[in-house]
Amino acid sequence: MTVIPLNHVLILATILFGLGIVGLLVRRNVIFMLVSIEVMLNAAGLAFVGAGAHWQSADGQVMFLFILTMAAAEVSVGLALVLRLYHQLHTLDADAADLMKA
Amino acid sequence: MRELLWLIPILPLAAYVTLGVIGRRLPRWAVAVIGFVPVAASCGIAVAVASPYLSGQTSEPYVQVLWSWLQVGEFQPQIAFYLDPLSVVMTLVVTGVGSLILLYSTEYMDEDEEYSRFFAYMNLFVASMLTLVLGENLLVLFLGWEGVGMCSYLLIGFWYKDPDNGRAAQKAFIVTRVGDAAMLVGLFLLLSELGTLHIPLLMDRATAQWAVGAGLPSAAAALLLGGAVGKSAQLPLQVWLPDAMAGPTPVSALIHAATMVTAGVYLIARMHTLFLLAPIVLLLVAIIGTVTLLISGFSALVQRDIKRVLAYSTISQIGYMFLGLGVAAWSAAILHFMEHAFFKALLFLAAGVVIHALDDEHDLLKMGGLRKRLPFAFWTFLIAGAALAGFPILTSGFYSKDLILYSALVSSHGGFWLWLGGVVGVLLTGGYIFRLIFLAFFGELRREIGRLPRIRMKIPLIVLAVLSIVGGLFQIPRSLGGTPRFSNFLKPALGALPSGSLTIEATSELISSGAAILGIFIAYLWFLRRPKQVSHGALPAVPEMLQRYWFVDWGLDWLYDRVFVRPFVYIAHINRKDIVDRPFRRLEWIMAWTWRGFRITQTGRVSWYAVCVIGGVVVLLSMVVL
Repeated sequence: MTVIPLNHVLILATILFGLGIVGLLVRRNVIFMLVSIEVMLNAAGLAFVGAGAHWQSADGQVMFLFILTMAAAEVSVGLALVLRLYHQLHTLDADAADLMKA
Repeated sequence: MRELLWLIPILPLAAYVTLGVIGRRLPRWAVAVIGFVPVAASCGIAVAVASPYLSGQTSEPYVQVLWSWLQVGEFQPQIAFYLDPLSVVMTLVVTGVGSLILLYSTEYMDEDEEYSRFFAYMNLFVASMLTLVLGENLLVLFLGWEGVGMCSYLLIGFWYKDPDNGRAAQKAFIVTRVGDAAMLVGLFLLLSELGTLHIPLLMDRATAQWAVGAGLPSAAAALLLGGAVGKSAQLPLQVWLPDAMAGPTPVSALIHAATMVTAGVYLIARMHTLFLLAPIVLLLVAIIGTVTLLISGFSALVQRDIKRVLAYSTISQIGYMFLGLGVAAWSAAILHFMEHAFFKALLFLAAGVVIHALDDEHDLLKMGGLRKRLPFAFWTFLIAGAALAGFPILTSGFYSKDLILYSALVSSHGGFWLWLGGVVGVLLTGGYIFRLIFLAFFGELRREIGRLPRIRMKIPLIVLAVLSIVGGLFQIPRSLGGTPRFSNFLKPALGALPSGSLTIEATSELISSGAAILGIFIAYLWFLRRPKQVSHGALPAVPEMLQRYWFVDWGLDWLYDRVFVRPFVYIAHINRKDIVDRPFRRLEWIMAWTWRGFRITQTGRVSWYAVCVIGGVVVLLSMVVL
């Protein structure tokens, strides 16, 4: 079995994270913004798993399990907010919800 | 028995708290009971507590320490009550006259909407006044001093819906505040120089440390005199008292005639050792008293409002007390305080009957002929008026006033001119009070009368009328073969009266009796013999200009308005943008602009916040990495 070098894993994680950031900043649809956050979380998780494999430690995988749990919780709250937003404003455009403008 | 001393001020205070908290929900009879009974009980306890002194068993001061008020290094004032012959007299008068006036008020204020508020304030007043006269410490005395001032303010403005009453209340409060400020500085001076405010200790240290006529005792005495002048409405701070008549009549009787306004007299008598160290200030006290009694006597001659006549008369009579104090005849001043409390309270209460019967009419010229319709008020008013005028032999006012005049003549601090001023004052007193009686009770009836006094208003009038007559028996002069019982009673606390020869005493009495009768006779000539005069109440044979001048109390209000009020208002007007506030305004302006800047960043858009977060992270990371 060939060992994948850590550098490759980290480069892939960085690319995924960057895609997530760009998606978050560019998209206006709330659901796509949530998906982008999910991508960023997974990029971080990948980096943890890769590092854990590199140093032969279980910690990386434990951290990934935490991230997974947190992501599930975040999505459940996020989707509930999205539903309320749609009921209230009949749109999924995040910029339409600017009632908190000072 | 004397352990009950603390109950005397506490009972009215408890009544105040009760009425203040639940008074509005109580029925009227309950309010009347709670308003009157505690003060009457205080009076009973006062008699019991005072009995060892009254029966001559003891004259030693009795001190009851309740608790320590505060402790600041050496300065440890205690809440303590001090009972000696002087405070016995004061306490008995305050509780005795106070309970009579409260009994009267239960009927007088019967139709007032805010029955319970009235009795709450009156009880607070009695409690404060008792704290004032019983306090062992000048700080406790000052607590009572300010307490009575506040109650005076609250009760002058009792009918606050009329803005004029509110203004009168504020005037009383502010003018007395001028004196109180001086008094407070005096207390600071005594504290810093002698290290205590405990009165007996203070007197001991003052005699030990200060020489007679030195600068410090004179300054301290002068500052205390400032407080006394403000509270007791003497020249130049007497302008508040006539306006204070805006309050209900029982208030005028209790606070602005019988008790509170004599607090200054009490203060000086209590601190007399200090005043003896300052002969210049003592002379000033006598001069202030004499001048005040004269100018207020003239002012009282031409007033048209029945209560204002009595107010000027009060100022004038307190002038007599100051004259007595100024010539070091301390117990003569206290005797006059006591007699004055009886007959002046009676005058006000009888005037209250008249005002009640005429449906709140105060104008003397609209009265007249009330003798037949209100015989009860007439006879009591006549007794009190005669006592005020010092009608010889029969009335109590004669004895106390003559004692002051005679002391002024023979005292080493007195003099002929002070005596002469006092005698002219007797003439004026007889004149103005009988002018009032002739205008109000004689002549033809001008208006129909309404309410007549019932039993609760009659009892206090009868008791006070009896006291106004027999009050003289406390001190029968030597020339009439009596013994000076009252001044002997006060001797342990206040020292002996100045003494002189019997001939001088008899001569002084004869002359002042003559002056009193002459004053009454002139009033009779001008206002009873000539009915025409009665119709406009002015004095014949006195230039009209002068009378108008007297009517406005020698223009003092006008003067103070020009000298103090208007410049003050003018300065306030110039400074209405408030120079002191400028830096703070600038601070506010900077805040406002910063706020505007930050406001722009709060767009409310999620994506904008995301950009900010990411930007922030990038900046922070690059700071860490680089």
